[in-house]
Amino acid sequence: MNKKISRRKLLWGAATAASVALIRTVTGQSIHAAVPDPTKMPGPLPGPVGKRSPFEHPVRKPSDISSRSPLQDLYGMITPSDLHFERHHAGIPAIDPHQYELLIHGMVDRPTVFTLADLRRFPALSRICFIECSGNFRTGKETMTPQDICGLTSQSEWTGVLLSTLFREVGVHPKATWFLAEGSDAAVMTRSIPVSKGWDDAMIVYGQNGEAIRPEQGYPARLLLPGWEGNTSVKWIRRIELSDQPFMTREETSKYTEPIKDGKIRQFSFEIDARSIITFPAWPVQLEKGWIEIRGLAWSGRGKIKRVEVSVDTGKTWLPARLQEPVLDKAHVCFRYLWNWRGEETEILSRAIDETGYIQPTLGQLVKARGVDMGGYHLNPVTAWRIRRDGAVLFKPENWK
Amino acid sequence: MRTFFLILFLVLLLAFGRGDNTAAGWPLHFGFGRIATTKEIAALNISIRPDGKGLPAGSGTVREGRAIYLMKCAACHGSTGVEGPQARLVAPMGDTTRAKAIGNYWPYATTLFDYTRRAMPYNAPGSLSAGEVYSLTAFLLYANKIIDSEKVINAASLPQVVMPAKKFFVTDDRRGGPEIR
Ligand code: HEC
Repeated sequence: MNKKISRRKLLWGAATAASVALIRTVTGQSIHAAVPDPTKMPGPLPGPVGKRSPFEHPVRKPSDISSRSPLQDLYGMITPSDLHFERHHAGIPAIDPHQYELLIHGMVDRPTVFTLADLRRFPALSRICFIECSGNFRTGKETMTPQDICGLTSQSEWTGVLLSTLFREVGVHPKATWFLAEGSDAAVMTRSIPVSKGWDDAMIVYGQNGEAIRPEQGYPARLLLPGWEGNTSVKWIRRIELSDQPFMTREETSKYTEPIKDGKIRQFSFEIDARSIITFPAWPVQLEKGWIEIRGLAWSGRGKIKRVEVSVDTGKTWLPARLQEPVLDKAHVCFRYLWNWRGEETEILSRAIDETGYIQPTLGQLVKARGVDMGGYHLNPVTAWRIRRDGAVLFKPENWK
Repeated sequence: MRTFFLILFLVLLLAFGRGDNTAAGWPLHFGFGRIATTKEIAALNISIRPDGKGLPAGSGTVREGRAIYLMKCAACHGSTGVEGPQARLVAPMGDTTRAKAIGNYWPYATTLFDYTRRAMPYNAPGSLSAGEVYSLTAFLLYANKIIDSEKVINAASLPQVVMPAKKFFVTDDRRGGPEIR
Protein backbone atom coordinates (compact mmCIF):
# COMPACT_ATOMS: atom_id res chain seq x y z
CA MET A 1 0.00 0.00 0.00
CA ASN A 2 2.68 2.39 1.09
CA LYS A 3 4.71 1.52 -1.90
CA LYS A 4 1.76 2.16 -4.18
CA ILE A 5 1.14 5.59 -2.73
CA SER A 6 4.71 6.62 -3.05
CA ARG A 7 4.73 5.40 -6.62
CA ARG A 8 1.58 7.41 -7.30
CA LYS A 9 3.15 10.45 -5.71
CA LEU A 10 6.20 10.00 -7.79
CA LEU A 11 4.18 9.84 -10.97
CA TRP A 12 2.08 12.80 -9.92
CA GLY A 13 5.15 14.81 -9.10
CA ALA A 14 6.68 14.03 -12.44
CA ALA A 15 3.53 15.01 -14.28
CA THR A 16 3.25 18.29 -12.39
CA ALA A 17 6.85 19.11 -13.03
CA ALA A 18 6.33 18.50 -16.72
CA SER A 19 3.33 20.80 -17.03
CA VAL A 20 5.06 23.58 -15.07
CA ALA A 21 8.05 23.68 -17.29
CA LEU A 22 7.74 27.39 -17.16
CA ILE A 23 10.23 30.03 -16.21
CA ARG A 24 9.35 33.45 -14.88
CA THR A 25 11.87 36.06 -15.88
CA VAL A 26 12.91 38.93 -13.65
CA THR A 27 10.51 41.24 -15.48
CA GLY A 28 7.64 38.96 -14.48
CA GLN A 29 7.08 37.60 -17.97
CA SER A 30 6.68 33.89 -18.44
CA ILE A 31 8.60 32.06 -21.03
CA HIS A 32 8.12 28.38 -21.46
CA ALA A 33 10.76 25.86 -21.83
CA ALA A 34 9.88 22.83 -23.98
CA VAL A 35 6.84 21.05 -22.53
CA PRO A 36 7.11 17.31 -23.09
CA ASP A 37 4.40 15.70 -25.23
CA PRO A 38 1.39 15.48 -22.85
CA THR A 39 -0.02 12.49 -24.72
CA LYS A 40 2.93 10.39 -23.63
CA MET A 41 2.53 10.69 -19.85
CA PRO A 42 -0.53 10.67 -17.57
CA GLY A 43 -1.26 14.06 -16.04
CA PRO A 44 -1.91 15.04 -12.42
CA LEU A 45 -4.80 13.34 -10.61
CA PRO A 46 -7.99 15.13 -9.50
CA GLY A 47 -7.42 17.53 -6.60
CA PRO A 48 -9.59 19.31 -4.02
CA VAL A 49 -9.20 22.84 -5.44
CA GLY A 50 -8.47 23.87 -9.00
CA LYS A 51 -5.98 26.46 -10.08
CA ARG A 52 -5.17 28.55 -13.11
CA SER A 53 -3.04 27.23 -15.91
CA PRO A 54 0.57 27.99 -15.13
CA PHE A 55 0.59 29.88 -18.41
CA GLU A 56 -2.03 32.39 -17.24
CA HIS A 57 -1.20 35.28 -14.95
CA PRO A 58 -4.06 37.75 -14.80
CA VAL A 59 -3.37 40.07 -11.88
CA ARG A 60 -4.91 43.07 -10.25
CA LYS A 61 -2.88 46.23 -9.90
CA PRO A 62 -2.74 47.29 -6.27
CA SER A 63 -1.99 50.72 -4.87
CA ASP A 64 -2.15 51.68 -1.19
CA ILE A 65 -5.90 52.22 -1.33
CA SER A 66 -7.26 50.08 -4.15
CA SER A 67 -6.58 47.23 -6.53
CA ARG A 68 -7.72 47.34 -10.14
CA SER A 69 -9.28 44.53 -12.19
CA PRO A 70 -7.39 43.45 -15.33
CA LEU A 71 -10.31 44.24 -17.68
CA GLN A 72 -8.19 43.53 -20.77
CA ASP A 73 -7.41 39.98 -19.63
CA LEU A 74 -10.98 38.82 -18.96
CA TYR A 75 -13.45 36.89 -21.09
CA GLY A 76 -17.19 37.31 -20.77
CA MET A 77 -19.06 39.41 -18.27
CA ILE A 78 -18.14 37.80 -14.93
CA THR A 79 -15.05 38.92 -13.07
CA PRO A 80 -13.32 35.97 -11.38
CA SER A 81 -13.74 36.61 -7.65
CA ASP A 82 -10.03 36.84 -6.98
CA LEU A 83 -9.70 39.51 -9.67
CA HIS A 84 -12.62 41.67 -8.47
CA PHE A 85 -11.36 45.18 -7.81
CA GLU A 86 -10.76 46.22 -4.23
CA ARG A 87 -11.32 49.53 -2.52
CA HIS A 88 -11.47 49.87 1.21
CA HIS A 89 -10.58 52.62 3.61
CA ALA A 90 -8.80 50.78 6.42
CA GLY A 91 -7.89 47.32 5.22
CA ILE A 92 -9.74 44.01 5.21
CA PRO A 93 -11.23 42.92 8.55
CA ALA A 94 -11.06 39.29 9.67
CA ILE A 95 -14.58 38.27 10.70
CA ASP A 96 -15.61 34.93 12.17
CA PRO A 97 -18.85 33.97 10.42
CA HIS A 98 -20.10 32.33 13.63
CA GLN A 99 -19.73 35.61 15.52
CA TYR A 100 -21.17 37.71 12.71
CA GLU A 101 -24.34 39.67 13.43
CA LEU A 102 -26.36 42.28 11.57
CA LEU A 103 -28.41 44.69 13.70
CA ILE A 104 -31.35 46.53 12.14
CA HIS A 105 -32.81 49.22 14.39
CA GLY A 106 -33.99 52.84 14.56
CA MET A 107 -37.40 53.59 13.02
CA VAL A 108 -38.58 49.97 13.04
CA ASP A 109 -41.21 48.04 15.03
CA ARG A 110 -38.88 45.20 15.98
CA PRO A 111 -35.17 46.02 16.27
CA THR A 112 -33.61 42.70 15.32
CA VAL A 113 -30.25 40.95 15.30
CA PHE A 114 -29.66 38.50 12.45
CA THR A 115 -26.88 35.95 12.45
CA LEU A 116 -25.40 34.77 9.18
CA ALA A 117 -27.42 31.58 9.54
CA ASP A 118 -30.59 33.69 9.95
CA LEU A 119 -29.80 35.65 6.78
CA ARG A 120 -29.27 32.41 4.86
CA ARG A 121 -32.66 31.06 5.96
CA PHE A 122 -34.61 33.84 4.22
CA PRO A 123 -35.76 33.34 0.63
CA ALA A 124 -32.62 33.80 -1.45
CA LEU A 125 -32.03 35.60 -4.69
CA SER A 126 -29.12 35.64 -7.13
CA ARG A 127 -28.39 38.55 -9.38
CA ILE A 128 -25.62 39.44 -11.78
CA CYS A 129 -24.60 43.09 -11.61
CA PHE A 130 -21.52 45.27 -11.64
CA ILE A 131 -20.02 47.22 -8.79
CA GLU A 132 -18.03 50.27 -9.81
CA CYS A 133 -16.16 52.74 -7.67
CA SER A 134 -17.32 56.26 -8.56
CA GLY A 135 -13.72 57.44 -8.64
CA ASN A 136 -12.91 55.31 -11.65
CA PHE A 137 -11.25 57.42 -14.30
CA ARG A 138 -7.51 57.85 -14.76
CA THR A 139 -5.79 59.54 -17.67
CA GLY A 140 -2.54 61.37 -18.29
CA LYS A 141 -0.31 59.22 -20.49
CA GLU A 142 -0.44 57.10 -23.64
CA THR A 143 0.91 53.95 -22.03
CA MET A 144 -2.19 53.04 -20.01
CA THR A 145 -4.23 49.84 -20.10
CA PRO A 146 -8.02 49.53 -19.60
CA GLN A 147 -7.11 48.34 -16.10
CA ASP A 148 -5.22 51.59 -15.46
CA ILE A 149 -7.97 53.78 -16.93
CA CYS A 150 -11.04 52.24 -15.30
CA GLY A 151 -10.17 48.98 -13.51
CA LEU A 152 -12.31 49.83 -10.50
CA THR A 153 -15.33 48.03 -11.92
CA SER A 154 -16.11 44.32 -11.69
CA GLN A 155 -19.06 42.01 -12.03
CA SER A 156 -20.24 39.03 -10.02
CA GLU A 157 -23.25 36.87 -9.49
CA TRP A 158 -24.31 37.88 -5.98
CA THR A 159 -26.54 35.74 -3.78
CA GLY A 160 -28.37 36.84 -0.67
CA VAL A 161 -31.64 38.18 0.69
CA LEU A 162 -33.54 41.20 -0.56
CA LEU A 163 -33.30 44.05 1.94
CA SER A 164 -37.05 44.56 1.47
CA THR A 165 -37.58 41.11 2.98
CA LEU A 166 -35.63 42.18 6.06
CA PHE A 167 -37.41 45.55 6.11
CA ARG A 168 -40.75 43.72 6.31
CA GLU A 169 -39.35 41.40 8.95
CA VAL A 170 -38.40 44.28 11.27
CA GLY A 171 -41.36 46.49 10.33
CA VAL A 172 -39.81 49.65 8.88
CA HIS A 173 -41.85 52.73 9.78
CA PRO A 174 -43.58 54.43 6.86
CA LYS A 175 -41.95 57.72 7.89
CA ALA A 176 -38.40 56.36 7.65
CA THR A 177 -36.74 57.97 4.62
CA TRP A 178 -33.03 57.13 5.03
CA PHE A 179 -30.99 54.37 6.52
CA LEU A 180 -27.41 54.26 7.70
CA ALA A 181 -25.33 51.29 6.58
CA GLU A 182 -22.30 50.62 8.76
CA GLY A 183 -19.40 48.23 8.18
CA SER A 184 -17.25 46.47 10.76
CA ASP A 185 -13.89 47.32 9.24
CA ALA A 186 -11.40 49.65 10.97
CA ALA A 187 -12.94 52.62 9.09
CA VAL A 188 -16.35 51.60 10.50
CA MET A 189 -17.50 52.71 7.05
CA THR A 190 -20.86 54.48 6.96
CA ARG A 191 -23.18 55.72 4.22
CA SER A 192 -26.72 57.10 4.32
CA ILE A 193 -29.03 55.48 1.78
CA PRO A 194 -32.58 56.47 0.82
CA VAL A 195 -35.05 53.88 2.14
CA SER A 196 -36.62 53.71 -1.33
CA LYS A 197 -33.50 51.90 -2.60
CA GLY A 198 -33.97 49.39 0.21
CA TRP A 199 -37.50 48.64 -0.96
CA ASP A 200 -36.46 48.64 -4.61
CA ASP A 201 -33.56 46.25 -5.26
CA ALA A 202 -31.03 46.43 -2.40
CA MET A 203 -29.75 43.14 -1.03
CA ILE A 204 -27.70 41.76 1.81
CA VAL A 205 -25.45 39.30 0.00
CA TYR A 206 -23.29 36.47 1.30
CA GLY A 207 -22.51 34.63 -1.94
CA GLN A 208 -20.31 35.65 -4.85
CA ASN A 209 -19.91 33.60 -8.01
CA GLY A 210 -21.04 30.38 -6.37
CA GLU A 211 -19.05 30.58 -3.14
CA ALA A 212 -18.99 32.67 0.02
CA ILE A 213 -18.08 36.31 -0.60
CA ARG A 214 -14.36 36.93 -0.62
CA PRO A 215 -12.92 38.73 2.44
CA GLU A 216 -11.94 41.73 0.28
CA GLN A 217 -15.54 41.94 -0.93
CA GLY A 218 -17.19 41.97 2.47
CA TYR A 219 -17.10 38.49 3.98
CA PRO A 220 -19.32 37.26 5.42
CA ALA A 221 -22.02 39.73 4.27
CA ARG A 222 -22.27 43.07 2.54
CA LEU A 223 -24.88 45.47 1.31
CA LEU A 224 -25.41 45.41 -2.46
CA LEU A 225 -26.99 48.41 -4.17
CA PRO A 226 -27.20 47.49 -7.86
CA GLY A 227 -26.16 50.32 -10.17
CA TRP A 228 -24.99 52.66 -7.39
CA GLU A 229 -21.47 53.88 -6.70
CA GLY A 230 -19.47 51.08 -5.10
CA ASN A 231 -18.83 52.81 -1.78
CA THR A 232 -22.55 52.66 -0.92
CA SER A 233 -22.52 48.85 -1.09
CA VAL A 234 -21.08 48.80 2.42
CA LYS A 235 -18.96 45.71 3.05
CA TRP A 236 -18.74 43.69 6.26
CA ILE A 237 -22.08 45.23 7.17
CA ARG A 238 -22.91 45.10 10.87
CA ARG A 239 -25.63 47.69 11.41
CA ILE A 240 -28.55 49.32 9.59
CA GLU A 241 -30.27 52.25 11.31
CA LEU A 242 -33.56 53.57 9.92
CA SER A 243 -33.98 57.33 10.21
CA ASP A 244 -35.88 60.28 8.75
CA GLN A 245 -32.76 62.15 7.57
CA PRO A 246 -29.28 61.44 6.25
CA PHE A 247 -26.45 61.26 8.78
CA MET A 248 -23.95 63.30 6.72
CA THR A 249 -21.06 60.94 7.26
CA ARG A 250 -17.56 61.77 6.03
CA GLU A 251 -17.97 59.54 2.95
CA GLU A 252 -20.99 61.52 1.75
CA THR A 253 -19.62 64.99 2.50
CA SER A 254 -15.82 65.24 2.41
CA LYS A 255 -15.59 62.34 -0.07
CA TYR A 256 -17.85 60.93 -2.81
CA THR A 257 -19.13 64.43 -3.59
CA GLU A 258 -18.05 66.35 -6.66
CA PRO A 259 -17.46 70.02 -7.35
CA ILE A 260 -19.53 71.13 -10.35
CA LYS A 261 -20.21 74.52 -11.95
CA ASP A 262 -20.52 77.81 -10.07
CA GLY A 263 -18.71 76.56 -6.99
CA LYS A 264 -21.46 74.05 -6.23
CA ILE A 265 -20.72 70.63 -4.77
CA ARG A 266 -22.92 67.74 -5.82
CA GLN A 267 -23.92 65.31 -3.08
CA PHE A 268 -25.68 61.92 -2.99
CA SER A 269 -24.70 61.16 -6.59
CA PHE A 270 -25.61 57.52 -6.35
CA GLU A 271 -26.26 56.19 -9.85
CA ILE A 272 -23.44 55.19 -12.16
CA ASP A 273 -24.10 56.71 -15.58
CA ALA A 274 -23.68 54.64 -18.73
CA ARG A 275 -20.16 53.92 -19.81
CA SER A 276 -18.08 51.70 -22.08
CA ILE A 277 -14.44 50.92 -22.75
CA ILE A 278 -12.72 49.07 -25.57
CA THR A 279 -10.60 46.40 -23.86
CA PHE A 280 -9.17 45.06 -27.13
CA PRO A 281 -7.21 46.32 -28.95
CA ALA A 282 -5.67 48.44 -26.24
CA TRP A 283 -2.15 49.40 -25.17
CA PRO A 284 0.25 47.52 -25.21
CA VAL A 285 -1.24 45.33 -27.96
CA GLN A 286 0.59 45.34 -31.30
CA LEU A 287 -1.82 45.04 -34.26
CA GLU A 288 -1.42 43.30 -37.55
CA LYS A 289 -3.35 44.32 -40.64
CA GLY A 290 -6.52 42.41 -41.39
CA TRP A 291 -9.60 41.40 -39.48
CA ILE A 292 -9.76 42.54 -35.90
CA GLU A 293 -12.62 41.97 -33.49
CA ILE A 294 -12.86 45.08 -31.36
CA ARG A 295 -14.07 44.02 -27.91
CA GLY A 296 -15.17 45.80 -24.81
CA LEU A 297 -17.49 46.25 -21.88
CA ALA A 298 -20.47 48.55 -21.45
CA TRP A 299 -22.65 49.16 -18.39
CA SER A 300 -25.18 51.53 -16.86
CA GLY A 301 -26.37 51.94 -13.29
CA ARG A 302 -29.74 53.13 -14.57
CA GLY A 303 -30.87 49.96 -16.30
CA LYS A 304 -30.03 48.01 -19.42
CA ILE A 305 -27.55 48.93 -22.10
CA LYS A 306 -29.58 49.51 -25.22
CA ARG A 307 -26.83 50.03 -27.74
CA VAL A 308 -23.08 50.36 -27.98
CA GLU A 309 -21.65 52.23 -30.92
CA VAL A 310 -18.11 51.97 -32.20
CA SER A 311 -16.19 54.40 -34.35
CA VAL A 312 -13.09 53.32 -36.26
CA ASP A 313 -12.58 56.72 -37.91
CA THR A 314 -11.75 58.98 -34.98
CA GLY A 315 -15.40 59.61 -34.15
CA LYS A 316 -16.62 60.73 -37.56
CA THR A 317 -19.05 57.84 -38.01
CA TRP A 318 -20.53 55.42 -35.48
CA LEU A 319 -21.87 51.93 -36.08
CA PRO A 320 -23.64 49.57 -33.68
CA ALA A 321 -21.60 46.83 -32.02
CA ARG A 322 -23.01 43.35 -31.34
CA LEU A 323 -24.13 42.88 -27.75
CA GLN A 324 -23.58 39.55 -26.06
CA GLU A 325 -26.75 38.11 -24.55
CA PRO A 326 -27.99 38.19 -21.90
CA VAL A 327 -28.10 41.97 -21.61
CA LEU A 328 -28.89 42.42 -17.94
CA ASP A 329 -30.11 45.31 -15.87
CA LYS A 330 -27.27 47.31 -14.22
CA ALA A 331 -24.73 44.86 -15.54
CA HIS A 332 -21.58 44.74 -17.63
CA VAL A 333 -22.35 43.59 -21.14
CA CYS A 334 -19.72 42.48 -23.65
CA PHE A 335 -19.77 44.18 -27.04
CA ARG A 336 -17.95 43.20 -30.19
CA TYR A 337 -17.35 44.88 -33.52
CA LEU A 338 -15.63 43.38 -36.53
CA TRP A 339 -13.14 45.67 -38.27
CA ASN A 340 -10.84 45.19 -41.21
CA TRP A 341 -7.81 47.32 -40.49
CA ARG A 342 -5.88 48.22 -43.61
CA GLY A 343 -2.98 49.86 -41.86
CA GLU A 344 -4.22 53.44 -41.73
CA GLU A 345 -3.58 55.70 -38.76
CA THR A 346 -6.83 56.25 -36.86
CA GLU A 347 -8.57 56.35 -33.51
CA ILE A 348 -11.10 53.77 -32.32
CA LEU A 349 -13.76 54.66 -29.76
CA SER A 350 -16.91 53.24 -28.19
CA ARG A 351 -19.94 54.85 -26.59
CA ALA A 352 -22.72 53.28 -24.55
CA ILE A 353 -26.40 54.20 -24.76
CA ASP A 354 -28.72 53.00 -22.02
CA GLU A 355 -32.47 52.47 -21.88
CA THR A 356 -33.06 55.95 -20.45
CA GLY A 357 -31.68 57.38 -23.71
CA TYR A 358 -28.46 58.59 -22.05
CA ILE A 359 -25.50 58.66 -24.43
CA GLN A 360 -22.05 58.27 -22.90
CA PRO A 361 -20.51 61.75 -23.12
CA THR A 362 -17.10 62.93 -24.25
CA LEU A 363 -14.77 64.52 -21.71
CA GLY A 364 -15.54 67.83 -23.43
CA GLN A 365 -19.27 67.38 -22.79
CA LEU A 366 -18.61 66.59 -19.13
CA VAL A 367 -16.44 69.68 -18.74
CA LYS A 368 -19.10 71.77 -20.46
CA ALA A 369 -21.78 70.46 -18.10
CA ARG A 370 -19.76 70.53 -14.87
CA GLY A 371 -17.07 73.16 -15.45
CA VAL A 372 -13.27 72.87 -15.53
CA ASP A 373 -13.14 72.51 -11.75
CA MET A 374 -15.24 69.33 -11.86
CA GLY A 375 -14.26 66.72 -9.32
CA GLY A 376 -12.94 63.25 -9.98
CA TYR A 377 -16.07 61.27 -9.17
CA HIS A 378 -18.58 60.01 -11.75
CA LEU A 379 -16.36 60.62 -14.75
CA ASN A 380 -17.45 58.32 -17.56
CA PRO A 381 -16.03 59.82 -20.76
CA VAL A 382 -15.73 58.15 -24.13
CA THR A 383 -12.12 57.02 -24.37
CA ALA A 384 -10.12 56.67 -27.55
CA TRP A 385 -7.30 54.36 -28.60
CA ARG A 386 -4.86 55.67 -31.21
CA ILE A 387 -3.81 53.14 -33.81
CA ARG A 388 -0.46 54.00 -35.34
CA ARG A 389 0.60 52.95 -38.82
CA ASP A 390 3.10 50.50 -37.32
CA GLY A 391 0.30 48.75 -35.42
CA ALA A 392 1.05 50.26 -32.02
CA VAL A 393 -2.04 50.97 -29.95
CA LEU A 394 -1.87 53.93 -27.55
CA PHE A 395 -4.34 55.45 -25.15
CA LYS A 396 -5.33 58.99 -26.08
CA PRO A 397 -5.02 60.96 -22.86
CA GLU A 398 -7.22 64.02 -22.64
CA ASN A 399 -6.66 66.60 -19.96
CA TRP A 400 -9.04 69.30 -18.92
CA LYS A 401 -7.17 71.39 -16.37
CA MET B 1 -57.38 35.00 -19.55
CA ARG B 2 -56.35 38.04 -17.54
CA THR B 3 -59.49 37.77 -15.43
CA PHE B 4 -58.67 34.15 -14.76
CA PHE B 5 -55.28 35.07 -13.32
CA LEU B 6 -56.79 37.90 -11.33
CA ILE B 7 -59.28 35.49 -9.77
CA LEU B 8 -56.56 32.92 -9.19
CA PHE B 9 -54.48 35.59 -7.47
CA LEU B 10 -57.38 36.66 -5.24
CA VAL B 11 -58.13 33.05 -4.35
CA LEU B 12 -54.50 32.47 -3.42
CA LEU B 13 -54.47 35.68 -1.43
CA LEU B 14 -57.56 34.55 0.49
CA ALA B 15 -56.21 31.04 0.90
CA PHE B 16 -53.03 32.32 2.53
CA GLY B 17 -54.81 35.17 4.23
CA ARG B 18 -52.04 37.73 3.78
CA GLY B 19 -52.47 41.23 2.50
CA ASP B 20 -48.73 41.39 2.00
CA ASN B 21 -47.32 42.58 -1.31
CA THR B 22 -44.79 39.75 -1.51
CA ALA B 23 -45.31 36.60 -3.54
CA ALA B 24 -48.27 34.49 -2.50
CA GLY B 25 -47.22 31.91 0.05
CA TRP B 26 -44.86 34.24 1.87
CA PRO B 27 -45.59 34.83 5.52
CA LEU B 28 -45.79 38.36 6.85
CA HIS B 29 -42.92 37.47 9.16
CA PHE B 30 -40.49 34.58 9.02
CA GLY B 31 -39.58 34.88 12.67
CA PHE B 32 -35.84 34.60 11.94
CA GLY B 33 -33.42 36.60 14.05
CA ARG B 34 -33.86 37.73 17.61
CA ILE B 35 -35.17 40.97 19.05
CA ALA B 36 -32.27 43.28 19.97
CA THR B 37 -32.05 44.49 23.55
CA THR B 38 -31.81 48.21 24.31
CA LYS B 39 -28.42 47.56 25.83
CA GLU B 40 -26.93 45.87 22.78
CA ILE B 41 -28.28 48.58 20.50
CA ALA B 42 -26.70 51.25 22.71
CA ALA B 43 -23.37 49.41 22.64
CA LEU B 44 -23.27 49.40 18.84
CA ASN B 45 -25.06 52.64 17.99
CA ILE B 46 -22.35 55.26 17.52
CA SER B 47 -24.02 57.27 14.75
CA ILE B 48 -24.34 61.02 15.04
CA ARG B 49 -26.77 63.16 13.12
CA PRO B 50 -26.22 66.75 11.99
CA ASP B 51 -28.78 67.89 14.60
CA GLY B 52 -26.52 66.44 17.30
CA LYS B 53 -28.56 63.33 18.06
CA GLY B 54 -26.12 60.66 19.22
CA LEU B 55 -23.45 63.01 20.59
CA PRO B 56 -22.16 61.74 23.95
CA ALA B 57 -21.65 63.63 27.22
CA GLY B 58 -18.38 65.47 27.70
CA SER B 59 -16.73 68.54 26.26
CA GLY B 60 -13.44 69.76 24.84
CA THR B 61 -11.32 72.84 24.29
CA VAL B 62 -9.01 74.12 21.57
CA ARG B 63 -6.06 74.16 23.98
CA GLU B 64 -6.43 70.52 24.99
CA GLY B 65 -7.16 69.58 21.41
CA ARG B 66 -3.90 71.07 20.18
CA ALA B 67 -1.93 69.02 22.71
CA ILE B 68 -3.69 65.77 21.76
CA TYR B 69 -3.32 66.59 18.09
CA LEU B 70 0.45 67.04 18.34
CA MET B 71 0.72 63.76 20.20
CA LYS B 72 -1.68 61.54 18.22
CA CYS B 73 -2.29 63.08 14.81
CA ALA B 74 0.58 65.32 13.69
CA ALA B 75 2.81 62.43 12.59
CA CYS B 76 0.41 61.72 9.71
CA HIS B 77 -1.36 65.04 9.16
CA GLY B 78 1.49 67.48 9.87
CA SER B 79 1.96 69.71 12.88
CA THR B 80 -0.29 72.42 11.43
CA GLY B 81 -2.64 70.03 9.60
CA VAL B 82 -1.34 71.15 6.23
CA GLU B 83 1.91 69.27 5.63
CA GLY B 84 0.70 65.69 5.52
CA PRO B 85 1.94 63.11 4.54
CA GLN B 86 -1.71 61.97 4.92
CA ALA B 87 -4.93 63.88 4.23
CA ARG B 88 -4.69 67.63 4.66
CA LEU B 89 -6.98 68.73 7.49
CA VAL B 90 -6.59 72.50 7.41
CA ALA B 91 -7.72 74.76 4.55
CA PRO B 92 -9.77 77.73 5.74
CA MET B 93 -12.34 79.26 3.40
CA GLY B 94 -10.50 81.31 0.80
CA ASP B 95 -7.41 79.10 0.90
CA THR B 96 -5.59 79.68 -2.36
CA THR B 97 -3.85 76.33 -2.73
CA ARG B 98 -6.96 74.61 -4.20
CA ALA B 99 -6.74 72.13 -1.33
CA LYS B 100 -10.06 70.83 -0.06
CA ALA B 101 -10.34 70.27 3.64
CA ILE B 102 -12.54 70.86 6.66
CA GLY B 103 -12.62 74.66 6.45
CA ASN B 104 -13.53 75.07 2.81
CA TYR B 105 -15.29 71.80 1.98
CA TRP B 106 -16.98 70.11 4.95
CA PRO B 107 -20.70 71.00 5.28
CA TYR B 108 -21.32 69.75 8.86
CA ALA B 109 -19.26 70.04 12.04
CA THR B 110 -20.82 66.90 13.55
CA THR B 111 -19.15 64.85 10.80
CA LEU B 112 -15.76 65.75 12.24
CA PHE B 113 -16.64 64.33 15.65
CA ASP B 114 -18.23 61.22 14.14
CA TYR B 115 -15.39 60.44 11.75
CA THR B 116 -12.59 61.11 14.23
CA ARG B 117 -14.25 58.92 16.83
CA ARG B 118 -14.91 56.00 14.50
CA ALA B 119 -11.82 56.01 12.28
CA MET B 120 -8.94 58.00 13.78
CA PRO B 121 -6.12 57.85 14.63
CA TYR B 122 -5.73 55.58 11.63
CA ASN B 123 -3.35 53.26 13.49
CA ALA B 124 -5.61 53.01 16.58
CA PRO B 125 -9.21 53.68 15.56
CA GLY B 126 -11.81 53.80 18.31
CA SER B 127 -9.20 54.54 21.00
CA LEU B 128 -10.14 58.13 21.81
CA SER B 129 -12.39 59.16 24.72
CA ALA B 130 -15.39 61.41 24.07
CA GLY B 131 -13.54 64.29 25.75
CA GLU B 132 -10.50 63.82 23.52
CA VAL B 133 -12.67 63.77 20.39
CA TYR B 134 -14.48 66.96 21.49
CA SER B 135 -11.11 68.66 22.05
CA LEU B 136 -9.69 67.50 18.71
CA THR B 137 -12.88 68.69 17.01
CA ALA B 138 -12.52 72.08 18.71
CA PHE B 139 -8.87 72.36 17.68
CA LEU B 140 -9.49 71.42 14.04
CA LEU B 141 -12.45 73.80 13.76
CA TYR B 142 -10.28 76.55 15.25
CA ALA B 143 -7.35 75.75 12.93
CA ASN B 144 -9.76 76.05 10.00
CA LYS B 145 -10.84 79.50 11.27
CA ILE B 146 -14.39 78.41 12.02
CA ILE B 147 -14.49 78.96 15.81
CA ASP B 148 -12.41 81.15 18.12
CA SER B 149 -9.85 79.81 20.54
CA GLU B 150 -12.07 80.10 23.64
CA LYS B 151 -15.04 78.13 22.29
CA VAL B 152 -16.00 75.01 24.28
CA ILE B 153 -17.27 72.14 22.12
CA ASN B 154 -19.90 69.74 23.49
CA ALA B 155 -23.16 68.06 22.48
CA ALA B 156 -25.03 71.38 22.66
CA SER B 157 -22.54 73.65 20.92
CA LEU B 158 -21.23 71.38 18.13
CA PRO B 159 -24.45 71.15 16.06
CA GLN B 160 -24.72 74.95 16.26
CA VAL B 161 -21.42 75.48 14.46
CA VAL B 162 -22.17 76.70 10.96
CA MET B 163 -19.77 75.36 8.37
CA PRO B 164 -18.99 77.90 5.63
CA ALA B 165 -19.03 75.30 2.82
CA LYS B 166 -22.55 74.08 3.58
CA LYS B 167 -24.08 76.62 1.22
CA PHE B 168 -22.31 75.05 -1.76
CA PHE B 169 -23.88 71.61 -1.41
CA VAL B 170 -26.65 70.57 -3.80
CA THR B 171 -28.34 67.20 -4.21
CA ASP B 172 -27.54 65.19 -7.32
CA ASP B 173 -29.77 66.20 -10.23
CA ARG B 174 -28.64 63.69 -12.83
CA ARG B 175 -31.66 61.75 -13.98
CA GLY B 176 -30.56 59.69 -16.98
CA GLY B 177 -32.03 60.55 -20.36
CA PRO B 178 -30.27 62.58 -23.03
CA GLU B 179 -29.07 65.46 -20.85
CA ILE B 180 -25.47 65.39 -19.62
CA ARG B 181 -25.07 66.77 -16.11
C1 HEC C 1 -1.15 56.63 10.95
C2 HEC C 1 -1.54 57.82 10.22
C3 HEC C 1 -2.67 58.65 10.78
C4 HEC C 1 -2.83 59.15 12.04
C5 HEC C 1 -1.91 58.97 13.24
C6 HEC C 1 -4.03 59.94 12.02
N1 HEC C 1 -4.58 59.91 10.78
FE1 HEC C 1 -6.24 60.91 10.21
N2 HEC C 1 -6.10 60.07 8.34
C7 HEC C 1 -5.14 59.17 7.96
C8 HEC C 1 -5.47 58.67 6.65
C9 HEC C 1 -4.67 57.64 5.85
C10 HEC C 1 -6.68 59.30 6.25
C11 HEC C 1 -7.48 59.06 4.98
C12 HEC C 1 -8.37 57.86 5.21
C13 HEC C 1 -9.33 57.59 4.07
O1 HEC C 1 -9.33 58.30 3.07
O2 HEC C 1 -10.13 56.67 4.18
C14 HEC C 1 -7.02 60.18 7.34
C15 HEC C 1 -8.13 61.01 7.32
C16 HEC C 1 -8.49 61.87 8.36
C17 HEC C 1 -9.57 62.81 8.30
C18 HEC C 1 -10.51 63.03 7.12
C19 HEC C 1 -9.93 64.05 6.16
C20 HEC C 1 -10.88 64.44 5.05
O3 HEC C 1 -10.75 65.53 4.51
O4 HEC C 1 -11.77 63.65 4.69
C21 HEC C 1 -9.63 63.43 9.52
C22 HEC C 1 -10.61 64.50 9.94
C23 HEC C 1 -8.55 62.89 10.31
N3 HEC C 1 -7.87 61.95 9.57
C24 HEC C 1 -8.30 63.26 11.62
C25 HEC C 1 -7.31 62.69 12.38
C26 HEC C 1 -7.12 63.00 13.77
C27 HEC C 1 -7.95 63.99 14.56
C28 HEC C 1 -6.07 62.26 14.20
C29 HEC C 1 -5.48 62.16 15.58
C30 HEC C 1 -6.38 61.67 16.58
C31 HEC C 1 -5.60 61.48 13.06
N4 HEC C 1 -6.37 61.78 12.00
C32 HEC C 1 -4.52 60.62 13.11
C33 HEC C 1 -4.02 58.80 8.66
C34 HEC C 1 -3.80 59.13 9.99
